[in-house]
Amino acid sequence: MADSTTTIGRSASRLSARSAWAPWAYLAPAILLYGAFLLFPLARAAQFSLFEWDGLGASTFVGLDNYVEIIYDERLREAFWHALVLVFFYAVLPLAIGLLLASLLTRAQVRGLGFFRSVIFLPQVIAMVVVAVTWRQIYAPDGPLNGILRMIGLGTLARPWLGDYTFTLPAVGLIGTWVCTGLVTVLLMAGMSRVPRELYEAARLDGSGPVREFFAITLPMVRGEITVALTLTIVAALKTFDLVYVTTSGGPGTSTTVPSYEIYRRAFELGEVGVATAVGVVLTLIVFAINGVVNMIGDRK
Amino acid sequence: MKVSPIERGANYVVLVAFALIVLGPIAVIVSLAFGPQSASVARDGGPFHPENFPEAWEIGRFGQYMQTSVVVAVIVVIVSVLASILAGYALGTMRFRGATLMFYVFLLGIMVPTEAFIVPLYFDLRMVGLTNTVWGVAAPQIAMSIAFGTYWMRTYFRTSSRALIDAARLDGAGSMRILWQVLVPIGRPAILTLVLLTFMWTWNEFLIPLVMSPNGSVRTAPLALAFFQGQYTQGTALLAAGAVMVALPIVLLYVFLQRHFIKGMIEGAVRE
Repeated sequence: MADSTTTIGRSASRLSARSAWAPWAYLAPAILLYGAFLLFPLARAAQFSLFEWDGLGASTFVGLDNYVEIIYDERLREAFWHALVLVFFYAVLPLAIGLLLASLLTRAQVRGLGFFRSVIFLPQVIAMVVVAVTWRQIYAPDGPLNGILRMIGLGTLARPWLGDYTFTLPAVGLIGTWVCTGLVTVLLMAGMSRVPRELYEAARLDGSGPVREFFAITLPMVRGEITVALTLTIVAALKTFDLVYVTTSGGPGTSTTVPSYEIYRRAFELGEVGVATAVGVVLTLIVFAINGVVNMIGDRK
Repeated sequence: MKVSPIERGANYVVLVAFALIVLGPIAVIVSLAFGPQSASVARDGGPFHPENFPEAWEIGRFGQYMQTSVVVAVIVVIVSVLASILAGYALGTMRFRGATLMFYVFLLGIMVPTEAFIVPLYFDLRMVGLTNTVWGVAAPQIAMSIAFGTYWMRTYFRTSSRALIDAARLDGAGSMRILWQVLVPIGRPAILTLVLLTFMWTWNEFLIPLVMSPNGSVRTAPLALAFFQGQYTQGTALLAAGAVMVALPIVLLYVFLQRHFIKGMIEGAVRE
C-alpha cells in the first residue's frame, strides 16, 4: 500500500514537472511543418501582393496598386462575379435539392436508403479532373447530352455546351451541382434522422400537412447541418480550379474564368506575381468572411 | 409513422431518378472506355474493347505517373498522420496556456484556399531547389493535411475515455506510453478514417502538383490525365479509359470502406 502511494506521488510529480513543455513537444512537428509550408507562405503572399514582380527579375514596391487593379481590371472583376454565380450552382441549388430530397426520404421509411446514400455520395470521391473529363464528353457537340435532346425532339436546344458564351458558365456550374448535391443531401439526412419522431406525430395530430411540417419542424432542427453544408459548398465554389482548367480554361473568351484560374494564369503564364498573390489574399478574406457570416446566421436562434 | 402508399411509391421514383442522375455520367465514361476507338474499329471488332485500357496505360504512361501518385500520397499520409496524432493528443488531452489559440490556428488552415499560399511557396521552394521534387509536391499537402488531421485527432482524443488515461497514469505510464499503447490502439477506426481521407485528397489533388512541378518530372495521375486530354486528341476511348483508371483506386477504396469516407467527411465538417 505504502509502495503504491509513493509510485503515484512520483509519477504525478514527474508529469507536472514535464507538463510545461510536454504539450509543445507533441505539437512541435505539426507546428513546424504547418508553419513552414502554409502559414509562412500565407504571410509571404501578403508581402508579395505589395510588389510588382515577374517571377524572375527585380521587384518594385507598388503599395496597394495590385489591389486597385483587381477593382479596375475587367477580367478580374468578371472572375469574382463568375465565382458568385458558381456559388449558386455549388451551394444554393444543392441545398434546395438536398432539403427536398432528404425530407422526402426521412418522412417515408423506404428501403434501400443505405445504398442510395452510398450512390449519391460517390461524386465526392472521384478526382475532379476525372469528373471534368467525363462532363466534357457529355457536353461535346456530338456527345450524349445533345444526342438525348435530339432524340426527344428538342434538337433545337442542342449546342456546343462548352463553347457558348451564354451557356458555358451554367454548364460548368451544373457539374458542381452534380458533385455537391450528394454531400449536402447526406449531411441533411443525418441531421433529419436525429429529429425526434414525436415532434412529427404531435404535428400530425394537430392536422399539419407535409409542408407545414417541413417549415415548422424539419427546417429549424437541421439549422446546424445547413450551416455546415453551406460553408463547405460555398468554399468549394470559390476555390474551383481543376474543373475550369480542364473543361474550358476560362473560355470561351473570358466567360468562365474564376479567381483561382486567374491566380494560376497570372503567376505562372503572364508573370504577374504581385497581382496573382493579391487576388489570393482577397479570395482568402472572402472565404473567411463568408465562413463568419454563415456561421453567425447559423448560430443565431 | 404512416405514409400513404402513393407517397411511398413517389419516393421510390425520386430515389431511383436521383441515383440515375448520379450514375448516368459515370456510365457514360465507363461505356466510352470500353467502346471502339474509331468507326473502323467498331466495324471490325464489335462493341466491346477492354484492350483500350492497356493501350491507354501504355500511351499515357499512367503506370509511371500512378507510381508517382502513390509515392507522394504515402509520404503525405505517413508524415501528416503522425504529426496530427501527436498534435491532436496535446490539444485534446492536455491543458496548457495557448491551447485554444493553437486550435484556432490549425482551424484556419482548413479554410485557407490553396491558391492563396501556393504562389509564394512555389517561388520560395524554387530558390532552395525543392520544386520538381517529390518533397516539393508533398510538403504543401502535408501542411494542409496536418490542419485537418490535428482537428480530427483532437476531436477523437477529447472524446476518448478520461478514466482510461487516468488508470494508465496510475500504472505509471508516461504520456508517450499512454498515447501509443492505450489511445492509438483503441483509436484505430478514427485513424483509419484520417488515413483514407488524406490518401484520397492527395491522390485527387491537382493544383499543387501542377504548380510545384512545372517541368513535369513529378507528374501525378490526375495531371497525367489532364495532359493526356490535351495531347491525345484522336478519339475519346483511350481518354475515357485513362479517366477510369485514375478514378478507380479511390472508388474501390470507397466501395469497401464507404462508412469511413462518409463518416469522415460528414463529421470532419461539423465544426464546433
